[in-house]
Amino acid sequence: MRKLLWTALGLGLAVIYFPLVVVLLNSFNADTTFGFPPTRFTLEWWSRAAANEGALHALWTSVEAGLAATAIALVLGTMAAFALQRYRFFGRNPVSLLIILPIALPGIVTGIALNNAFRTILGIDLGLLTAIIAHATFCIVVVFNNVVARLRRMGGNLEEASMDLGATGFTTFRLVTFPMLRSALLAGGLLAFALSFDEIIVTTFTLGTGMETLPIWIYNNLFRPNQAPIVNVVAAVLIVASTVPVYLAQRLSGDTASGGRL
Amino acid sequence: MTAVSAFFYRKPRLRLGFLLSAPLLWLGLAYLGALAALFVTAFWHTDAFTGQVVIEWSLDNFKTLFTDAVYRTITFRTVGIAALVTVIDAVIAFPMAYAMAKLASPRAQRILVIAVMTPLWASYLVKAYAWRSMLSGNGALSWLSPGYGVTATIMTLSYLWLPYMILPIYAGLDRLPDSLVDASGDLGARSLRTFRSVILPLTFPAIVAGSIFTFSLSLGDYIAVKIVGGTSQMLGNVVYDNIGAANNLPFAATVATVPVVIMLVYLAAVRRTGALDNL
Repeated sequence: MRKLLWTALGLGLAVIYFPLVVVLLNSFNADTTFGFPPTRFTLEWWSRAAANEGALHALWTSVEAGLAATAIALVLGTMAAFALQRYRFFGRNPVSLLIILPIALPGIVTGIALNNAFRTILGIDLGLLTAIIAHATFCIVVVFNNVVARLRRMGGNLEEASMDLGATGFTTFRLVTFPMLRSALLAGGLLAFALSFDEIIVTTFTLGTGMETLPIWIYNNLFRPNQAPIVNVVAAVLIVASTVPVYLAQRLSGDTASGGRL
Repeated sequence: MTAVSAFFYRKPRLRLGFLLSAPLLWLGLAYLGALAALFVTAFWHTDAFTGQVVIEWSLDNFKTLFTDAVYRTITFRTVGIAALVTVIDAVIAFPMAYAMAKLASPRAQRILVIAVMTPLWASYLVKAYAWRSMLSGNGALSWLSPGYGVTATIMTLSYLWLPYMILPIYAGLDRLPDSLVDASGDLGARSLRTFRSVILPLTFPAIVAGSIFTFSLSLGDYIAVKIVGGTSQMLGNVVYDNIGAANNLPFAATVATVPVVIMLVYLAAVRRTGALDNL
């Protein structure tokens, strides 16, 4: 039985990683039709991708949107976490449901709802700002979950002690609460950034025309045969780059392991 | 500063109000408002000539959605694919999560969690694209490839959402005390009986938590379908095409209410299992 379970785990992980390895290999594959297994290797695609204006521009847009959305999510997610973890109030359950709703509903619903609200209801043109607002909305839950887990673990004793010793609320927050929260905030922020960086469906509906984030750039070039090698390189970069925030977040806070998408 | 701080300290309700104000304004107004507006738009229509949205209430869009055979087929196909993907993921994820939570050493557990989580954040698109290239004529899986179609869509979606199922089940199993499993064995239950009567009921909320993601993500997907689905479409494609090419936002909104209603019913149904606390 144990052997069977270990085999299942091994096989499962192999299946999870196999496609990613194929993409990595293909980014060095000299053959443009990407037959498998590759026979000759080259670095040409990598140097071409590094000089690709469209991809570099898209990368920059992704970083801008990710940083702004993460900043908003950090503030709102932390406030919500304090409110829900430290207080019992009427409507507490609906509020926590509201926080997970943007990721519990399909991305296309979030996307079209915001698209409709911006364009039809508010009459705002889509641009980078609308995409940032959309990203922040579904990133809040990531920060929220990390901060709630940390608040639950640290309890309120140290803060009470600080107040007993005469510190004001602000001083207590600055010298006691915040330092204990710092790594959870960093972990939540990193995951929020990664989530924003990877998001494509909501972005498609909320980013202005003519603008591209990296996933949208990939999507737009996916079906162009002569772009395939560069798409492979960008894909390979994304695979490698995405491991960094997850690894760091995992190191920073032992309490992020629980969630599914979070 | 001290005065303000002291004032807030004496008024916990005020502090709560302050903490809740910004998140509630953002999510309540911006997000719920947008969802409500979407639902309202579903009852409008577009002018056939100008393509502008006409604010005129009618149930025509819903009538089309329910009576047109094409949309009925697509709805059933979408729900079927989402349900199948969820079942496949649960069956694959459970033994993996069990080995991680109950057989691995604490050190190995951490490494395995990272190993499962990392590809979760590797771009969705990259993974769907990898499947396209693997299923293609000379790709790595060409020997078993079903070509592009519903089967390929189910394979790809199951692959994409598998980690979303493994992690909640792992967390659920991790919380399950070993002593209960041992006790069941001591009382003479064989492994299958222990699984059915002890492990499964106690980890059910975690499985349901995972299913929320696999089900919801499949319901709304249109990109994987475009990449590996061949000619078969899902609800997401109808929404996407009506927003883009057809420029019929009201009808897109109507179609989008289908996954929302399904998900809200699903969330309401699983609330009592405690699955939402396992997210």
